[in-house]
Amino acid sequence: MSFTMIVFYVLSAILLFSAFRVITAKNPVHAALWLVLAFFTSAGHWLLLEAEFLAISLVLVYVGAVMVLFLFVVMMLDINVEQLREGFWRHFPLAATVGLIMAAEMALILAAPETRLADYAPAAPLAADASNVKQLGLEIYTTYLMPFELAAVLLLLAIVAAIALTQRERKDGKYVDPARQVEVKAADRVRVVKMDAVREEAPQTEAADAAQSQ
Amino acid sequence: MLTLTHYLVLAAALFSISVLGIFLNRKNVIVLLMAIELMLLAVNFNFIAFSHYLSDTAGQIFVFFILTVAAAESAIGLAILVVLFRNQRSINVEDLGSLKG
Repeated sequence: MSFTMIVFYVLSAILLFSAFRVITAKNPVHAALWLVLAFFTSAGHWLLLEAEFLAISLVLVYVGAVMVLFLFVVMMLDINVEQLREGFWRHFPLAATVGLIMAAEMALILAAPETRLADYAPAAPLAADASNVKQLGLEIYTTYLMPFELAAVLLLLAIVAAIALTQRERKDGKYVDPARQVEVKAADRVRVVKMDAVREEAPQTEAADAAQSQ
Repeated sequence: MLTLTHYLVLAAALFSISVLGIFLNRKNVIVLLMAIELMLLAVNFNFIAFSHYLSDTAGQIFVFFILTVAAAESAIGLAILVVLFRNQRSINVEDLGSLKG
């Protein structure tokens, strides 16, 4: 058994175990930490497959950013774990059946002679000075330029959407909304009322009435 | 000697585990999102394994895009989760019946 085989089996065991712990952990924080381990181990697998750039970006993007975001949210929310765990194992027989059937189906297809997986000979190791990043970069900036730009737009959309969803207005804020300011018409501020002139009559006191009658 | 079958079986096992996770954690939205991330990881495994054994970088570029989409998806999913928790004080999927659809 060669060294790479040993590395493969060790990494696979860690990956499958951590994936299993992700879905069975009681505490969501623990689940997130096990997921970090799963991603990190997959990065190791991808290094074995000579996908260096993706392995590093998996660690940077997933372990460094997405999982930290997960941990932030999990710790920020005050979650009642007990209530969420109610009836956790109730659907386990059904779930295990579906999972096993899926695995068996995939194994059948993989094991079928017509699939001829054995024909995929292991690729020769790349030369020591071969650059995975350069290869990917050449492809992305020529053949896949348009999808690449669209991915950038998608990320921008995600930023805007995430901020727009979670932002809430402060109730005691004193900021002004320029759009509403511009919309204001003079009629909203001052109401011009048309009415007849009111003539005030001279006050008549009883003393004045008496003077008149004399 | 490592063959393509090794990686495909590993990815299939990973995918089945995450399907199991979606069944088991049907109340907890956070773990549901994590199970979806695991599924995407299994898919990425297949892409990279085929890319390696066919000596074709197209698979790796697809993984690149899947990573982008998955990051955007989890960011928006968590944002929705935060808003949900703010309104309902719970992340239980069973409490999501307020639309009565």
